[in-house]
Amino acid sequence: MLGKLSWSAIPFDQPIPMAASLFVTVGVFSVLGVVTYKGWWPYLWREWLTSVDHKRIGVMYVLLALVLLLRGFIDAIMMRSQLAIAAGGAQGYLPPEHYDQIFSAHGTIMIFFMAMPFVVGLMNFVVPLQLGVRDVAFPVLNAISFWLTASGALLVNVSLVVGEFARTGWLAYPPLSELQFSPGVGVDYYLWALQISGIGTLLAGINMVTTILKLRAPGMTYMRMPVFCWTALCSSMLIVAAFPVLTATFGMLLLDRYAGMHFFTNDGGGNFMMYINLIWIWGHPEVYILVLPAFGVFSEVIATFSGKQLFGYRSMVMATLAICVLSFMVWLHHFFTMGAGADVNAVFGIMSMIIAIPTGVKLFNWLFTFYRGRIRFEVPVLWAIGFMVTFAIGGMTGVLQAVPPADFVLHNSLFLVAHFHNVIIGAVVFGVMAGYYYWFPKAFGFTLDRRLGVVSFWCWLIGFYLAFMPLYVLGLLGMTRRMQHYADVSWQPYLIVAEVGAVIILCGIIATIAQLVVSIRTRERRRDRNGDPWNGRTLEWSTASPPPVYNFAVLPQVESLDAFWVMKQHRPATPPARYEPIEMPGNSPNGFVTACFAVVTGFAMIWHIWWMAILGLVCAALTLLAFGWIERGEVEISGEQLADDERARLRTASPA
Amino acid sequence: MSAHSGTAELPGLGTTLARGGGGPAPVRIVVAYGFWIFLLSDIIMFSALFASYAVLSGQTNGGPSGHDLFELRHVGIETLCLLFSSYTCGLGLLAVARRRMSGFYLCFALTFALGATFLGLELSEFVGLVARGAGPSRSAFLSAFFSLVGLHGLHVTAGLLWLSFMVAQIAVRGPRDFVRRRLLCFSLFWHALDIIWVALLTLVYLMGAR
Repeated sequence: MLGKLSWSAIPFDQPIPMAASLFVTVGVFSVLGVVTYKGWWPYLWREWLTSVDHKRIGVMYVLLALVLLLRGFIDAIMMRSQLAIAAGGAQGYLPPEHYDQIFSAHGTIMIFFMAMPFVVGLMNFVVPLQLGVRDVAFPVLNAISFWLTASGALLVNVSLVVGEFARTGWLAYPPLSELQFSPGVGVDYYLWALQISGIGTLLAGINMVTTILKLRAPGMTYMRMPVFCWTALCSSMLIVAAFPVLTATFGMLLLDRYAGMHFFTNDGGGNFMMYINLIWIWGHPEVYILVLPAFGVFSEVIATFSGKQLFGYRSMVMATLAICVLSFMVWLHHFFTMGAGADVNAVFGIMSMIIAIPTGVKLFNWLFTFYRGRIRFEVPVLWAIGFMVTFAIGGMTGVLQAVPPADFVLHNSLFLVAHFHNVIIGAVVFGVMAGYYYWFPKAFGFTLDRRLGVVSFWCWLIGFYLAFMPLYVLGLLGMTRRMQHYADVSWQPYLIVAEVGAVIILCGIIATIAQLVVSIRTRERRRDRNGDPWNGRTLEWSTASPPPVYNFAVLPQVESLDAFWVMKQHRPATPPARYEPIEMPGNSPNGFVTACFAVVTGFAMIWHIWWMAILGLVCAALTLLAFGWIERGEVEISGEQLADDERARLRTASPA
Repeated sequence: MSAHSGTAELPGLGTTLARGGGGPAPVRIVVAYGFWIFLLSDIIMFSALFASYAVLSGQTNGGPSGHDLFELRHVGIETLCLLFSSYTCGLGLLAVARRRMSGFYLCFALTFALGATFLGLELSEFVGLVARGAGPSRSAFLSAFFSLVGLHGLHVTAGLLWLSFMVAQIAVRGPRDFVRRRLLCFSLFWHALDIIWVALLTLVYLMGAR
């Protein structure tokens, strides 16, 4: 009846997992309790859970990312604390089987449920506004994408309470992840959570590509698109090209585990190196899916706060496209040690080095944008400068490892761990933090507290260097990754420094939370009245903060790059005599309901509860069909209401 | 997504349009375009399975190979069914465009029958293989074979469900704009399954049976 599920799935006998699951359960139920007590459900249902507004969905993506940043960071600091004490004969406080789950969960959560939702959320919120249009191409699909991503995140966190998580690292390499060596439900949690959220991401990518290529304000030619839209386009094209490979690869591993097939097994003729090739054909583009939008954020931020047009716009676009293509030609550098031979390794080594060239072009473009600009040192600029320094270091250690003989020495060492944290934190995290601060007033109508933003930045920057520079040294000293304890006590001082760094990053995260709380409390003082708090250059700043549901009462006419900047220089905004009515898509519970059934199906598959899996799948399909049967409800916004809204906006925008 | 009327005021309209400055595209274009991109992603998913099949096709683990198992006559009939079903699907769309609804129902009934026959034949092949001890867990080659062909079969199954849904929608709602947009997407999907099948026939059956 309940498959493999029984009371033994709940870790009553292990104090640390039990405490964690109690903490999570109490936390979730107290939030639900408060929402119920305050009677917020109707509001939440109407305005958020069923919303198909790209801005709301973008905000929910970012919120999901921030919550899972906390979860992933708790994993990180637990690992650092373990390694700071587990030297010589000491075993630390985490037993190996628990430590293995923690590093697997940390990687999985940080990439799939922190970085991805953050990046996709920023794209969702910003791109239609920058393109000067009213929504994405498929608003209901957009909601489905978000809720599927959230379903995956939920399943990963359910594993904390019921059962266990994978102990196989963030990419679940076989044969370790095969049934023979991982008979528990951990790998299944991993696979089903990522299959469900992966479909969500794929649909989001399709939506975004269609939006950017087919829906732009009149006059916005390709070469007038803001750079963030270009990076979003390239990132989304990579999603469309790479995520199906991930789905297929995980599908094959699932067939191995559930149907006794032999894709990646040791016996039966399987080939586990095929998994590693396939997963990196997804995995390397994934790096650029994350980092390209971050580059886009920095391009916007640096141009805006230098008061200049971005230096070398065309070369920036070309560099982005070059990275987009090249990212598919370097996957083998993740496993030079496979032994594909000198020729193959040489080709992939050279390709990996080539990818540094367009990236270098970008760095010089940013530098030249700063050059002789009137730079305002707002928080996003701090992140941008911190990024340029940090990313240059991370990039160089990357090119170093693109040399196959060097990689043979450094493979699977902490040097590698330091390298990819250097680029992912230095570029992606710094980028999304800059974007978060930069677009926050657009989303909510008030700015974030600057002082705490500066504190957060410096904590992250200093904490990052303290936490990861020692790891480079340790890697060169020979320490491998994923060790629960180590014999060589001379490594301990470095690991204590790394722990201190992690604690300083924790202070940065606390400062970010405090910043949010303080800013909300003092929001009346920090209202953004004219919708353009930073003297921006692109179209999102030409509408109110927060923008009305339809974004623009009249679609803007674009006549150049940096359209809004040029508009501000040349002509004062004159309201038109008459407003055309607008049709906007109505709310739809489709995404939320489908995702609920996806969770049921995933959970049932993990625990081999076949009837429930079939039930969940059938219900999800019926939900989609039922909503497909109804013609999409449109809500019309009348011309008079638009005129009223616009008058109100212009009144608050004009100086008192 | 609303149609835009103000482009005519722009200077240099011709070049602006050529560079993609014509404003938001109409819904029909957006929907078809988005669906094309979905199909591309689907084909990429198949390509990962094709690649795996290519790697594993020789790994028979001492069991039967494609040469021992494949019956080209059987596969030939399957192929004819699937290709003709696309022809009738196309005729059905033409009938809708001319508002000849009985023609549409006839064509889509034929499409369904041909698709179902294809599926039935595929299923009988699978059952036969399993009965001969050549099931998907026998060897890596058979795992890859069953997964690749089975995934295509799942797509055909989904297509048949979608086809029934579309016939019901046409019957109840009539050929309205949004229904016809969906019909167009369905036909794109159905044709894409042919493309995949042709690759599958060549790579798996024709090359495997030698």
